Amino acid sequence: MEKGRQNKAFEKKETFPICLRTSHLDDSASLKTYLDIGGYQQIQRILREKISPEKLIEEIKISGLRGRGGAGFPTGIKWSFIQNDSPGTKYIVCNSDEGEPGTFKDREIIKNNPHQIIEGMTIAAYIMGAQVGYNYIHGEIWEEYESFENALAEAKKANFLGKSICGFNFDFELFAFHGYGAYICGEETALIESIEGKKGQPRFKPPFPATYGIYGRPTNVNNTETYASIPWIIQNGGESFANIGVENSGGTKIFSVSGHVENPGNYEIPLGMPFNELLELAGGVWKGRTLKAVIPGGPSTPVLPASEIMKTTLDYDGLKNAGSSVGAGSLIVMDDTTCMVSTLKRLSYFFYEESCGQCTPCREGTGWVYRVIKRIVEGKGKPEDMELLQDVSQKISGRTICALGDAAAVPVLSFIKYFKSEFEYFIKNGKSMVAKTHD
Amino acid sequence: MVKVWWLKLMIKIKINGKDLEVKPKTSIIEVADQVGIDIPRFCYHKKLSVAANCRMCLVEVKNFAKPLPACATQVMEGMEIFTKSKFTKDTQKSVMEFLLINHPLDCPICDQGGECDLQDTAVAYGASKTRYTEEKRVVFDKNIGPLISTDLTRCIQCTRCVRFLKEVGGMAELGLVGRGEHAEISAYVDKSVESELSGNIIDLCPVGALTSKPFRYSARSWELVRRNTVSCHDSLGSNIEVHVKDNIIKRVIPKENESINECWISDRDRFSYQGLYHKDRINNPLKKVKNQWKEIDWEEAYELIKNKINTINTKKPNQLGILCSPQTTIEEGFLLKKISKQLNTTHIDHRLLEKSFSKNNNWLGCKIEEIESHDSILVVGSNLKNDQPLLAHRFRRFAMKNNSFSIITSYDDFNSTPCLGKIIVNPSTYLNYLLEILKEVQSVTKYKINSESIKNALKQIKVSKETKKISESLTRDKSKNAIFIGHQVLAQIEGDNIKIIAMHIAKAIGATFGVIPGYANSVGLSELNLSLDEVNTDEVINQKKESFIMINFDPYFDYHSPKKITKALKSAKFNIAISPFVSDSLKEFDIVLPMTPPTETSGTYMNMEKRLQSFAAVTPPHGKSRPGWKILRVLANFLELEDFSYDSSDEIKVEAIEEINKNYSHNIKDFENSKKNKIPQGLELISPIRAIDSDMIVRRASALHQNENIDQAFAYINPKTMLKENLIDDQKIKVSSEEAEITIKIKSDEKVSLNSILIFGKQLATASLGMNHKLKIKRSS
Amino acid sequence: MLTKKTIQKIDKELKKFPDDQKQSAIIAALQIIQTENGFLTNDLIAMAADYLDMPKIAAMEVATFYNMFELKPAGKYKISICTNISCALRDADDIVCHLKKKLKIDFNEVTKDKKFSLKESECMGACGGAPLMTVNNQKMYEYLTPQKVDQILEELDS
Ligand SMILES: Cc1cc2nc3c(=O)[nH]c(=O)nc-3n(C[C@H](O)[C@H](O)[C@H](O)COP(=O)(O)O)c2cc1C
Ligand code: SF4
Ligand code: FES
Repeated sequence: MEKGRQNKAFEKKETFPICLRTSHLDDSASLKTYLDIGGYQQIQRILREKISPEKLIEEIKISGLRGRGGAGFPTGIKWSFIQNDSPGTKYIVCNSDEGEPGTFKDREIIKNNPHQIIEGMTIAAYIMGAQVGYNYIHGEIWEEYESFENALAEAKKANFLGKSICGFNFDFELFAFHGYGAYICGEETALIESIEGKKGQPRFKPPFPATYGIYGRPTNVNNTETYASIPWIIQNGGESFANIGVENSGGTKIFSVSGHVENPGNYEIPLGMPFNELLELAGGVWKGRTLKAVIPGGPSTPVLPASEIMKTTLDYDGLKNAGSSVGAGSLIVMDDTTCMVSTLKRLSYFFYEESCGQCTPCREGTGWVYRVIKRIVEGKGKPEDMELLQDVSQKISGRTICALGDAAAVPVLSFIKYFKSEFEYFIKNGKSMVAKTHD
Repeated sequence: MVKVWWLKLMIKIKINGKDLEVKPKTSIIEVADQVGIDIPRFCYHKKLSVAANCRMCLVEVKNFAKPLPACATQVMEGMEIFTKSKFTKDTQKSVMEFLLINHPLDCPICDQGGECDLQDTAVAYGASKTRYTEEKRVVFDKNIGPLISTDLTRCIQCTRCVRFLKEVGGMAELGLVGRGEHAEISAYVDKSVESELSGNIIDLCPVGALTSKPFRYSARSWELVRRNTVSCHDSLGSNIEVHVKDNIIKRVIPKENESINECWISDRDRFSYQGLYHKDRINNPLKKVKNQWKEIDWEEAYELIKNKINTINTKKPNQLGILCSPQTTIEEGFLLKKISKQLNTTHIDHRLLEKSFSKNNNWLGCKIEEIESHDSILVVGSNLKNDQPLLAHRFRRFAMKNNSFSIITSYDDFNSTPCLGKIIVNPSTYLNYLLEILKEVQSVTKYKINSESIKNALKQIKVSKETKKISESLTRDKSKNAIFIGHQVLAQIEGDNIKIIAMHIAKAIGATFGVIPGYANSVGLSELNLSLDEVNTDEVINQKKESFIMINFDPYFDYHSPKKITKALKSAKFNIAISPFVSDSLKEFDIVLPMTPPTETSGTYMNMEKRLQSFAAVTPPHGKSRPGWKILRVLANFLELEDFSYDSSDEIKVEAIEEINKNYSHNIKDFENSKKNKIPQGLELISPIRAIDSDMIVRRASALHQNENIDQAFAYINPKTMLKENLIDDQKIKVSSEEAEITIKIKSDEKVSLNSILIFGKQLATASLGMNHKLKIKRSS
Repeated sequence: MLTKKTIQKIDKELKKFPDDQKQSAIIAALQIIQTENGFLTNDLIAMAADYLDMPKIAAMEVATFYNMFELKPAGKYKISICTNISCALRDADDIVCHLKKKLKIDFNEVTKDKKFSLKESECMGACGGAPLMTVNNQKMYEYLTPQKVDQILEELDS
């Protein structure tokens, strides 16, 4: 990845880069670079001025920051769940497992701005009274895992981590943990199991990690981007952050744009930006083709046809009203040559392949769905298949231990909802309605 | 309003419109089970951790958009649950459909057919027609040993088996390997499951994925007659259900009894029935003719015995020795005692492995269920997992909960049990460690000891760090503690001394004291005061006799000194064996009367907690064999003894219980600061007995012995000892006891105490060594 | 036996966890062993389990759960190529065809000279650079074209 290459938004337009604010700089990941832009000032200020956790949480609540891992839960509220003075070890976990197809933002933050994650996590540890943290990094991005280890070493050496941070009475140890190829480990309780050295099978909740996490201890899990936003919020105040975005959607959000655009990459934009502006930033639909559909937040968010998405602004309410969701901001663009049936087949295979296998509806249902779509793509579809697909998906949804089951149902239901005729055509004719299939 | 728990702090909920008051922190499924509302389930089991993975128990709860798993959801104030609503029904139906898409629908050929939870639930909750037309998953079967057969294509991944082995068995032996649809139950690379409780996973498996290998395809469930009885293989007295077809036992499963075996049984209890049909089983009385056994009829047998016994001069006492197994029923024991009195002998006993014979307190000292109510527990000299597998589970569960479980023993098979104190040492040193604890406890509680010999012994004792830790946990304020002595201790010469000191400790701290008895009726026979006077088994053997009667055991295996017992039998003129089996080791006998095993007789056992449990025969006698009580009664009639006109075992039982109720009191011996207390030089022999070798029946149960190498004997030595003695793994050595010399291969084992050799007793290859204290090693190439 | 070097590396990972939670290092330990050995055998998995004081079956569960572990011999260079949606939209299939043709193997196969093996992978979290692949789980190559693939294979081969 060339320097700054991915944050195209920053190159092209005055925006407010927060998480990716070092991407354009030389030696972006180094401690020196981060210090140059005023890094690690906030944790020092907090420790020096002994700012109370309650006050900091208040600031984060005002900022309107919502979890960037997919569910969009307000971060300030989440952090108030952990009692910071309860005895015993507490853990802070950064979720950089990023396995949702189309998501690659956390990778860039780790690569270009690791110290901001570290500072964000340290502030979080201070707020929640945690002593130990882990950054759980997606297995396939090995080079980023190593560079994060480097950043940790740098920070430890400079006493931004470890015992008596910056000479103040505050200890925090932070370690990098690499996954090894399991999407489900992005789910926070599966991730915790994985850190405990087990296979990544989600736990039944409650109890939630806030009371029963790693080794049974209180644990807070947030997404990488969430933590990386914290130092900026503390520096500039919650209100400034909230003001960047729109109502209910404070701040900037990184959209990972992939698929059929001229310039795929990460675009950190103020929430509330109309979709067409982002599409423009990304160079528009590639090869001069027309837009067919967009998955705005990763495959666990419903696909929207061009007509819908073009009317939509990119923020929590905007996408919700359009019938989809921000998710992790994994925006996948599809042009008019895309066969929705075979695209759905690939997505269904993904959920089938990645189901941990623990609970019945997901284990059995994802395989069933995949096999039916595969059969359709092989030209052996039956008229009743579409109803079957919808029915099975609905019966997975809401009945599983974790949200992977729900996620698996999303593409099936939304693809069929908006592209029904394509499915009917395929079943009837045994071939795709569009020229090229991605099979 | 139905009240489920009569406790304060109740919360109010509604199930199907009905108001209930329930204890907080209970799950919906527990509440439903208590009030008899049926919620289907596969993964949930009341004795295992909650996995909530099958999703069969999903139910509608008011104000929740999604159905909630009843097994994992705790009731909350005001909760309204609907187990029969359309929403609940639809949900359960859809889960059922998912479970069946990859499940073979061939119930008629499945071994579980007719008793399958999946089949039953499918009938109640399933759809009649399958919508799944894709290919079904096929899973290759794994070999997990001779007891359990796998048919993993049927597995529904409920993980009950995995959880059982980890949580109850104490070792994660099975896992769910692979992920998603490809996840399969597996052991580490086709390894056999070793838990002595493994068979329970057969019962736990809600489908036909794990079934009993010995039982497999031998009967359909509806052809079986089910009868309840009590297991005879350890002193727990597990309740069992025996399944019989054509008068043959086809399988054994647990009969739930929360206060004894909960809902489990050990593999020994489950699979030993195979031994009943071993080729050694005899159908007729046998007479020795020119060193060959000749079948005779009962009439002739009794006449023969009568003639021989009548030649004994019964004016002279103790010309007849009577030894019986500790599995002898109360009724049989009572008759034996009566016979011996009339034949003027007090040489009668059942304590075949013991070397210490003091008679007081030889029971658990509390209820089995009370074990876990203690605050701190010390167990001395026990081989729990082999002797009393299910009791071991209770101790483990105690240890997991309390972190105040300590052991002093010579073989560390407690590695999965968290121990506060763990002292792994040779049996000859147990006494010293207990003296240390007594000294420490005494200094804390100011307990007064009157015995001079104990005072003297304590003078020389220095308290070590490890015993100090144990003592501390035993003397904590307001705690109710317990000390248990394993059966192994009574097989030591120092056993009585150890017991005395342990009792003193218990008294000093107001703790429960108990002995964990070895066999099904050890306690019953002792309460019956079977062994009259102060004569004990060793004395019976050592004094010359005209004749011996030995009942229901194998002298070569079951008595601790095969050499001595053989010598005794040889010197007697006429020996009678009453036994279900005949084998080489009965060659010193002149006549064998075929006795039925407990499954073919009625009788009563008293278990370790002094609970009397009577049982009836579950099958008729094999061949012409007869229940022990009948044999003894008729024999007494033939011998024209007085007052033997019983028509049923019940009549005998009434008298036997009167005898027990006499509450024979026994003097507590004083501590003997004897020379015996010297720690022997050189390597000490430790000879625990494996569960599968403990009695005549299990030794003959084929599946239990089918594992490769299972009957190959080894000398297990701690690697540190090996280094010191210059021994290496797999080396063959000659070991000799006072009884015999054998050649045996060494295996290193860190679990064995230092300076000792562990050779399991009662095995064919090693029984000749006896269960002796001292061993010599000779190296052979 | 685990080599001294392997043990040193595992020990370094162990420092990240409390002393009584050695099992936490199992993924790292298996990764280290795999990097050294190319793939995991049952014995190696058992050794890792023993070293971390955990049941062998639990280590087996881990080794079979995470996709990046190889339980069968892999090539000296294991190529994993993502075929998930973002890559698929940018013609990862063409790259797959090209690789298969060039190496004369299918997915989950090893070339005759044992140099290369090919695996289909799920999303690698780098979709901006699609299509993309990794070599031996560690080195990532993005913006693939058939020409670029040829070049990479050549470099690896030499
Ligand atoms: C199947 C599944 C996969 C997930 N993957 C991720 C992920 O890769 N990264 C992430 O941050 N959150 C992921 N999540 C969400 C996490 O469980 C959790 O909600 C999140 O890490 C919380 O952080 P946030 O509040 O900062 O978003 C996933 C959830 C599910 C159900
Ligand atoms: S929903 Fe799927 S991934 Fe989540 S716990 Fe159930 S089986 Fe595992
Ligand atoms: S019994 Fe509740 S999910 Fe299986």
